[in-house]
Amino acid sequence: MRKKECVAMLLAGGEGRRLGVLTSNLAKPAVHFGGKYRIIDFTLSNCTNSGIDTVGVLTQYQPLVLNTYIGIGTPWDLDRKNGGVTVLPPYMEQKGGDWYRGTANAIYRNISFIEQYDPEYVLVISGDHIYKMDYDLMLDFHKAKGADATIAVIEVKWEEASRFGIMSTDSEERVTEFSEKPKEPKSNLASMGIYIFNWKVLKEYLTKDEENPDSSKDFGKDVIPLMLRDQLNMYAYPFQGYWKDVGTIESLWEANMDLLESEPDFNLNDREWRIYSVNPCQPGQYVAPTAQIRRSLVNEGCSVFGEVEHSVLFYGVQVGEGSVIKDSVIMPNVQIGNNVKIYKAIIGEGTVVEDGSVIGQPEDQQDIILIGSNETISMSTMANLKG
Amino acid sequence: MKRMMGVINLVNEPDDLEELTYSRCVASVPFGARYRLIDFTLSNMVNSGLENVAVFTQHKYRSLMDHLGSGKEWDLDRKRGGLFILPAVLHEATGMARGDLFQFYSHRDYFYRAREEYVVISRSHMVCNIDLNDVLDYHLEKNADITVIYKQADEEEFAKFRRLAVKDDGQVTVMEDHSGRLRTDNISMEMYVMSKELLLDMVESCLAQGYDHLVRDGIMKNIGKLGVYAYRHEGHTGIVNTIQSYYKHSMQLLNPKVWRELFFQKNLIYTKVKDEPPAKYTDNAHARNSLIANGCIIEGKVENSILFRGVKIRKGAYVKNSIILQNCEIEENVIIENAILDKDVFISRGRVLTGDKQAPFIASKTKVI
Repeated sequence: MRKKECVAMLLAGGEGRRLGVLTSNLAKPAVHFGGKYRIIDFTLSNCTNSGIDTVGVLTQYQPLVLNTYIGIGTPWDLDRKNGGVTVLPPYMEQKGGDWYRGTANAIYRNISFIEQYDPEYVLVISGDHIYKMDYDLMLDFHKAKGADATIAVIEVKWEEASRFGIMSTDSEERVTEFSEKPKEPKSNLASMGIYIFNWKVLKEYLTKDEENPDSSKDFGKDVIPLMLRDQLNMYAYPFQGYWKDVGTIESLWEANMDLLESEPDFNLNDREWRIYSVNPCQPGQYVAPTAQIRRSLVNEGCSVFGEVEHSVLFYGVQVGEGSVIKDSVIMPNVQIGNNVKIYKAIIGEGTVVEDGSVIGQPEDQQDIILIGSNETISMSTMANLKG
Repeated sequence: MKRMMGVINLVNEPDDLEELTYSRCVASVPFGARYRLIDFTLSNMVNSGLENVAVFTQHKYRSLMDHLGSGKEWDLDRKRGGLFILPAVLHEATGMARGDLFQFYSHRDYFYRAREEYVVISRSHMVCNIDLNDVLDYHLEKNADITVIYKQADEEEFAKFRRLAVKDDGQVTVMEDHSGRLRTDNISMEMYVMSKELLLDMVESCLAQGYDHLVRDGIMKNIGKLGVYAYRHEGHTGIVNTIQSYYKHSMQLLNPKVWRELFFQKNLIYTKVKDEPPAKYTDNAHARNSLIANGCIIEGKVENSILFRGVKIRKGAYVKNSIILQNCEIEENVIIENAILDKDVFISRGRVLTGDKQAPFIASKTKVI
């Protein structure tokens, strides 16, 4: 194999338990987002837009959809003879085998994959955030600082800081302290779970961590603190821009709604930084004479006869006459009959909502109503969907 | 269906598409919010199981080549067979371009190498969703030499086409050019199924006599000698080779029945992917009876119109009965009615452009108005 300067390892084995029925059959990185995409599209597109052409995708939980989706990486231009995308599931060895027992263990088990490319640097990212980032700039920073490890950080609100891994830095951006989900945070610089390591250093520490029986084999909990204790050159790369974890139903819904602002913080229409995805090849959307669409995103293959306001419609969604959809996310191929009302809901792929059904309430609804994939909602089953 | 290979014949394709074909061939004229005309014929072939398709190009094929690429979007990037783009060969002695039979002859190795027994030869300007397996079955059942696909005209046609006189048993007795006097409602869809052997015979014998035109010289002149049968296609068909027919058949897509039949009933129509985000509607958006592609941003009013990928309609603008091609920008308070805007046209603030339904206003590519 030809040598690569930087290889990306994308952690995509997460279950995303807090996404409920949305992840009952698929891994969190495969969850639909933004009318067209799956969450993993954003990191894969970041890689390709940053000029990184070798990506290992570590899968574990419910990989079928994700594997099919990634394929040989064609949509992201990662179908390469040399490098490209490689899906890396857990495997058996002569001495036995096991699941990936943590993020660090997952990389450790794929040392031989990385070594094929003899890289100087390894970029570790995860497939569950929505953001645009030029990893090449981060790599420049890493080199300029002469770092062993660089961790991307973002300023979060102080009241939320205790949910993240928090870094304290000196004036040179050197990391002085790191604490995972601190009760009393000393800083509001949160780790984004994006790391660049010198490969030699990382390999050494992965091996060390692996030998420690008390370690949970996690980057944030074990490897980074260990490196810090050994006083390696660790720097925090400050990132400015939109970055959102979509690990809960609320944050997934919110992030979808963020796209509907007239000047959204996260711009999908940026031609310089396209987000690539697998294309369903459906025709342009049909907007009927009876339709009304405002403040919404609507994808190809949709046919809209009713009213859609402040909502996101994925491809192939049908909205019947007299129906009203407000503040909702409608996943691919959902069929919505006539005179249906849907308020503040997330409706899973392929679900059928029959004529006259009402989901949610027009006023004062707190919780987001979540409906899974391929269900049938009718007048008789909707009694418990009042929000 | 490994029995049949496909030929998309762009040599001397009838073209009255005016500004739309100034810099491109008919096959690569954008159609239906995100497609190019050739997508329909090509997808029909692929969806019918053909794995070996050649496109005989003639001229202005830069955008066509860009669009087709390696044929990946149609699953035609194959080791065996796949997509072949065969450019026109000039006559060595005179430097002149000659007819389609001469082109077939020049690329005859392509036919010799193919394993398929039958060939379907089609134009690129037929908008339909058809299963060619049914046509081949009919061809075999009739024991025909040549089967031509046709449709019954039910309303006024604005395109250029040939007419057929068809007997009750399906045999074609007369085939006439657009200018002919034959008055029937049977309109040729210019798709011909025949054995590869017959095609190569026709190539040899016509060229030997100095003729080089497949339909006129090969088929029409021999209609008495050959068993030519007609297969009637019942589905929606648009013949698009004039501005009027382009406008008419584009607008027909706003009928949800036609939209569904053409794009969903049988198989999908494939096209080059552009990775545009979903269409965005703002607070003031007002869209009615329109076909809208991804990447559009709609802040103004759109009625009875077709918007291709990446079109921007700013606040206060009003687009009615129009076809707006890729990446056009319509600034604030512009009014556009009965118009066709080619790619990358920019309409400055406050302009009013109106055409007539029979003669729509046309703005050529990259124009700034």
